Parts: sequence; structure tokens; C-alpha cells
Amino acid sequence: MKLLTFAALLAFAGAALADETAKEIQRYREMVAEGSPAELFEIQGEELWKKAQGPKQVSLERCDLGEGAGVLKGAYAHLPRYFKDADRVMDLETRLVHCMVTLQGRTREQATVRVFGSADRPSELELLSAYIAGQSRGMAIEPGLSHPKEKASYELGRALYFQRVGAWDFSCASCHGEEGKRIRMQELPVLYKPQYARPVIASWPAYRVSTSQVITLQWRMNDCYRQMRTPEPTFGSETTVALIHFLTATARGERYHGPGNKR
Amino acid sequence: MAGPMKMRANLGAGFTDVRVLMTHPMETGLRKDADGKLVPMHFIQNLTVKVNGKTVIEAEISQAVSRNPVFSFRLKGGAKGDKIEVSWLDNHGDTAAIETAIA
Repeated sequence: MKLLTFAALLAFAGAALADETAKEIQRYREMVAEGSPAELFEIQGEELWKKAQGPKQVSLERCDLGEGAGVLKGAYAHLPRYFKDADRVMDLETRLVHCMVTLQGRTREQATVRVFGSADRPSELELLSAYIAGQSRGMAIEPGLSHPKEKASYELGRALYFQRVGAWDFSCASCHGEEGKRIRMQELPVLYKPQYARPVIASWPAYRVSTSQVITLQWRMNDCYRQMRTPEPTFGSETTVALIHFLTATARGERYHGPGNKR
Repeated sequence: MAGPMKMRANLGAGFTDVRVLMTHPMETGLRKDADGKLVPMHFIQNLTVKVNGKTVIEAEISQAVSRNPVFSFRLKGGAKGDKIEVSWLDNHGDTAAIETAIA
């Protein structure tokens, strides 16, 4: 009997400790989120958006991100979505590459030669993503889900989330499929459930404190597949966009409050 | 070749909260690059805060501060429209400054 009480007490203390840890992590996040260096990247992204580049020496200011040519307000909150001119579903980064090709006359190879940057030299897409996402702050996340290709993309993303692949036979759900799990300090959100997807998606892209970089959702997909030991996914491929589409759609309704901060 | 800075200064009850973001590599001089060569020290040494032209804070900081630092501090008093200027000087002699009015 005594032993049982002791065990129960221990279990209680354990739960309280876990709760305390979660609270401390939350407090750390809030401290870091105040005055996020992501804002510095937004400023540089705006300069880049307005900078004439490519063989045609034009800026991206006439780029149509879905809300009309050059409209930035709310554009990110409504991506990914179907684009008639490209006849496919695109996320922000894929669409930006499309504009670099069609407006600025750059080749796809040239536009995607360096999609993920470093702390010393952020990539164009990272800076642009920070700036454009910031223009949707406070707006509800509502990616396109009405066009048949949007529905197909969502369904593909959902299937991919649970699809086990690669030498280690991993799926997204292998790590993000069970509640209450974490790796070191990082909890692993169950991203196919809205209550977990909402706060996460609403803060991407984000400034990563440990690497001093702005990281994007395309980077996240790429790096998750790297950790799963699959061949590297193609930047802006149907697969990566479908996964981003599925995750974003799962988070729909949440007010966008990024670019955020990551550990 | 300094990157952008950003500052907010908000008036409270008898005080002003200031938060300033700055772009800087803040190299410690201990890190090695991909070729194994030491990356030379490069960090902000001095930070100066002026209110309406009068220096109120002179700070010395070191390599221990992270890349792209954020500084936040509270000043006594202040009034809407007061000009706050924050500037830094690094060990290469580079400087950058930003000015904003208290809101």
C-alpha cells in the first residue's frame, strides 16, 4: 500500500516536472520572440523584392502571388494555391521562382542554384519569404482547397505524411504521429491534427536562433527528408508543395503571426 | 557595409521601453570556416544611446553576444516625439546608427 502511494506520488511529481519544463520552454520562446531578428530579414527582403534583376532587369514587384500582380497583403496567408498560368499548385517559394523565370527572364537553374543560404549569406528566397510572409500578419490562414488540383494536392500531401519511405522506413508520422513526444527540448507536434498544426504553421518561415538564419517551409521539407535518409527532394516539386499544402490546410483558420522564431 | 537596424520606442507610465535590433556577424575569432581557417574577430564593441542628442547609455559589449543582437532597455521618463538614437561601433571601425521618435 505504502509502495503504491509512493509510486502515485512519484508519477504526480513527474507530471508536474514535465509541466514545469513545458512552461519554461514556452517562457524562453516568448523572450526570444520579442524583437525577432526575422524583422531584419524582412527589411532586406523588401529591398530584394524591389531590385531589378535578371536578363530583363526588372524587379519582382509585378509578380502575381495569387491576389493579383504585385499584391502582397494576404498573399502568403492564401498559399499554397492553384495558379492557372502554371497549371499547378504552388507554394510561396515555388511561385517566386516562377516569377523570377517569367518576369526577370532568369533560367530555373539559375534561380534555384542557391535556395538555402547560410548565416553569412541568406538566400534570395529566404529574404523574400520573410518579407512577403510578414505582409500577411494577423490574417487568417486559408490556402486554396476548391480547385480539383488543389484537392488532389491536399490528398497527395496527406498520403505522403503517412507514407513510409527510404532505408529507415520513416514517414512524417514516425516522428510527428504521437502526442507528448519530443527530441531534447523540441516537442514533436502531431501535425496532421489542427490543434498542433495551427501554432506551428502560423509562425513559418522563421528565424532560427541556433543557426542565425531564416528558414522556410521548403527547407523544412528538405531537411526532414534528409533526416529520414531519402534521396533529396527536388526544390518546389509536387511532393514538397503537396506536403506544405496539407500542413497549411490543416492549420487553416489560424491567424498568421510570423515570421517567427525557432530554437 | 552594415546591414539594417530596427528600433521601437514605446512610452509607458513614466518610462520608455526601447528595443533595438541590429545586423552583425559577431564573430568570436574562435570559429573556423569550411577550409579550417580561423574566422577573424568581428564584433560590436561600443553601443551608444542618445535621447534628444544627450548620451544616456554608453555600453561596452564583447564577442559573447550572439549574431544579430537585440538590445532592450528601459529609460526613465521620456515624452512622445523625443528622439532616440542608437549607434554601434565594431572592432573594424564600422558603425551604424538608427533614430526613431518615442511613440
